[in-house]
Amino acid sequence: MESKVAYENGLNLKATELRLGLPGTDIESEEQALSSARNNKRPLPDNSKECGLKGSSDDAQHSDHETAPPAKAQIVGWPPIRSYRKNNLQPKKGEAEASGIYVKVSMDGAPYLRKIDLRVYKGYPELLKALENMFKFTIGEYSEREGYKGSEFAPTYEDKDGDWMLVGDVPWDMFMSSCKRLRIMKGLEARGLGCGV
Amino acid sequence: MSKDDDRSPPLDLRGADIAESSSKTRNCVTGSGHVTGMNPMEFQAPYPDQVLENVLENVLQFLTSRRDRNAASLVCKSWCRVEALTRSELFIGNCYSVSPKRATARFSRVRAVAIKGRPRFADFNLMPPEWGAHFKPWVAALGSAYPWLEKVYLKRMSVTDEDLKHLAEYFPSFKELVLVCCDGFGTRGLAVIAKKCRQLRVLDLIESEVADSDMDWIGEFPESGITCLESLIFDCVESPINFEALERLVVRSPSLKKLRLNRFVSIGQLYRLMVRAPQLTHLGTGSFSLAEGVAHGDQEPDYESAFAACKSLVCLSGFREIATDYLSAIYAVCANLTSLNLSYANINAEQLKTVIFHCHKLQTFWVLDTICDEGLQAAAATCKDLRELRVFPIDAREDSEGPVSEVGLQAISEGCRKLQSILYFCQHMTNAAVIAMSNNCPDLEVFRLCIMGRHRPDHLTGQPMDEGFGAIVKNCKKLTRLAVSGLLTDQAFSYIGRYGKLVRTLSVAFAGNSDRGLKYVLEGCPRLQKLEIRDSPFGDEALRSGLHHYYNMRFLWMSSCSLSPQGCREIARALPRLVVEVIKDEAEVNRGECEEHIDDAFDILYMYRSLEGPRDDAPHFVQEHSKQKQGIGLSNIVLLIIYPSMKRWRFGLEELEVQNGEFTKFSSMPPVEKQELAFTREKKKNLVCLF
Repeated sequence: MESKVAYENGLNLKATELRLGLPGTDIESEEQALSSARNNKRPLPDNSKECGLKGSSDDAQHSDHETAPPAKAQIVGWPPIRSYRKNNLQPKKGEAEASGIYVKVSMDGAPYLRKIDLRVYKGYPELLKALENMFKFTIGEYSEREGYKGSEFAPTYEDKDGDWMLVGDVPWDMFMSSCKRLRIMKGLEARGLGCGV
Repeated sequence: MSKDDDRSPPLDLRGADIAESSSKTRNCVTGSGHVTGMNPMEFQAPYPDQVLENVLENVLQFLTSRRDRNAASLVCKSWCRVEALTRSELFIGNCYSVSPKRATARFSRVRAVAIKGRPRFADFNLMPPEWGAHFKPWVAALGSAYPWLEKVYLKRMSVTDEDLKHLAEYFPSFKELVLVCCDGFGTRGLAVIAKKCRQLRVLDLIESEVADSDMDWIGEFPESGITCLESLIFDCVESPINFEALERLVVRSPSLKKLRLNRFVSIGQLYRLMVRAPQLTHLGTGSFSLAEGVAHGDQEPDYESAFAACKSLVCLSGFREIATDYLSAIYAVCANLTSLNLSYANINAEQLKTVIFHCHKLQTFWVLDTICDEGLQAAAATCKDLRELRVFPIDAREDSEGPVSEVGLQAISEGCRKLQSILYFCQHMTNAAVIAMSNNCPDLEVFRLCIMGRHRPDHLTGQPMDEGFGAIVKNCKKLTRLAVSGLLTDQAFSYIGRYGKLVRTLSVAFAGNSDRGLKYVLEGCPRLQKLEIRDSPFGDEALRSGLHHYYNMRFLWMSSCSLSPQGCREIARALPRLVVEVIKDEAEVNRGECEEHIDDAFDILYMYRSLEGPRDDAPHFVQEHSKQKQGIGLSNIVLLIIYPSMKRWRFGLEELEVQNGEFTKFSSMPPVEKQELAFTREKKKNLVCLF
């Protein structure tokens, strides 16, 4: 991506780029998330090897071209370990390990709902891959203008104001704080959301 | 013995109790009570039944098993009355199954109470936090009914500081408080207990959530004089304690046998306590690392000798933030250990080997999977007497690295033939290893295997895990508790229904294909008491198939299954004595809307038998589908056969085997109103039928 290369060269064209987006949001992570979605590249966690992700790339340099395996959605209450065991054994991190943001996920046609913890994901690509795994479907490719193309499903969410939004439209942090529940729409409705945003 | 109106304390007939009680402050047994044998002259108007009741009381006094007591109480009204008078330990398996008022009205001489509240799945955030199980109504009722109360054991209850304050106030003879998986209280409540309960012997906080109210509760124990403290367990308390006060307390507690410290106690402090309490039998070591800001010095205490001095130590736990350099300090006690809990210690196989090598007598072993299959192999090689094993994951996620696998399980099964209970978390498993365990460990009573990846098949053959679990239920004839995982079809449940005749507790998650699976279990497992199911495709039809059995169960939990509200209502209509709770996600209820595409969706079905009908403290997100009915209590058909030639009487609620070769089976039937007993004598047997 040109803009990304430009950034790395120190020109910081990003700061002057005209784009739709709310002021004060973390532009870099949004850019990273979106570009990853396009390149199918995921921001790999540092300890991906220890995590034992299947098919994880040996060579970080080639990660651009390989898909990292999807992290499975962390279902609430699974595995059945009491929370004090999980907390006590994790290495103490700098930021406070806040409690999870649990939202319900429903999919048109699926008989029951799932609940996920948004804090587990670092960005949209992880979330979307997790949803794909959870409900066994494919999400199309995201583009700002046309939403999710290439599949009859579209991930949407209801925000604090009660509006239904397409997942990916706002920066990740804003999404995390405003998302009340997720719904994977199917069919015409999905297409309707994609256009004319 | 007429009905007891006064509130005299329970009569102790057992010699041990009498001896014990002489040294403690206790309400005296006045002359009107029995000490030994019958004394009909004591009564104003003796009548023949009274003599019988005296005999009964003397005999029933010795009955300790509560199941036997329950059966004895069903023989006739007289037995019911006498049993109620002689029951000193009251166990309430579900706090909502009976009201405090009803329980205390029936049993007038209780000294020890055990109450369980929330269902187990609530531990894993599956239940909204304000669901219930409050101790408050109980403490009030107990306070007025049993001023002599000595022991309280609570599991998964919400206890407030106020409740603890009342405990301390109402019961001057209070001796033992054990709180397991409880919450709602903090160090403020503990402070009151420490300060006011002068006879406290046991204060055990196990896996409970204790709020930090910034109160020095240890400092509230009496500052002078010898205490009667025998057990102080607070390893779950996540706040610092006043160490100096603790040290002084330990010095003044010569009877202290069990001490489990929390992670705010450093290894240096541990040393100071150990040298003052070499009589300890159970020790929780706290952090087992240096205090913050303290570095290794030249003058480190001699930890090895401190451990060596504890000649009676049999149970070791703690190691909350282990500095592995110090692990060698415990070698001296390993040979005597029967229980070792390293489940907070991130140690590898090599480090474990150095310890486990000495632990020949180990019977209980809790550990993290960081020791890998290799560590388990070492344990299998040494611990020939192992009865209970729990292997916890350091990284509890579905896709994490799996340091333990079927290799470890196989090794354990081959080395530890006496295994009775296992809890094993892993990423991958094979049917072969599970089958091997079923063959090698015939004494297994508890088999809980958690393959953390949902729907994961046998990773070598790609087959479902049906055959493995099938072998467990088939070969382990003593199995009472089972938790299944991995890819499972209805076939697995068919096995469970066919062979799991003694199974009392069953945990199911992400398993099964259809209603048939659940049907197999509900129709096949007569002893089933506790059934917890999540995310499995069982629907209303399956639920219906258990109608004949639900009154025999403590509870049924089903979450994220294929049930409908109508299905639940049907059950409630059919079984008036069942409380059927349907729990929705709170956020949805608050919004007051329904999903357009999922009507009446709910998360959890939780149902349990109860004498009280729907509870009055249910939060708004709990819907109760229950019919209230007048009249007294549920009853099952009980058949009691008393054979004069038999050495022991066999009581039973469901099936009874007659010893002279005749085999008689009676299954429980739908509940009917209680009637008077019909006592018939026949030539060969005394048959007592109860309805």
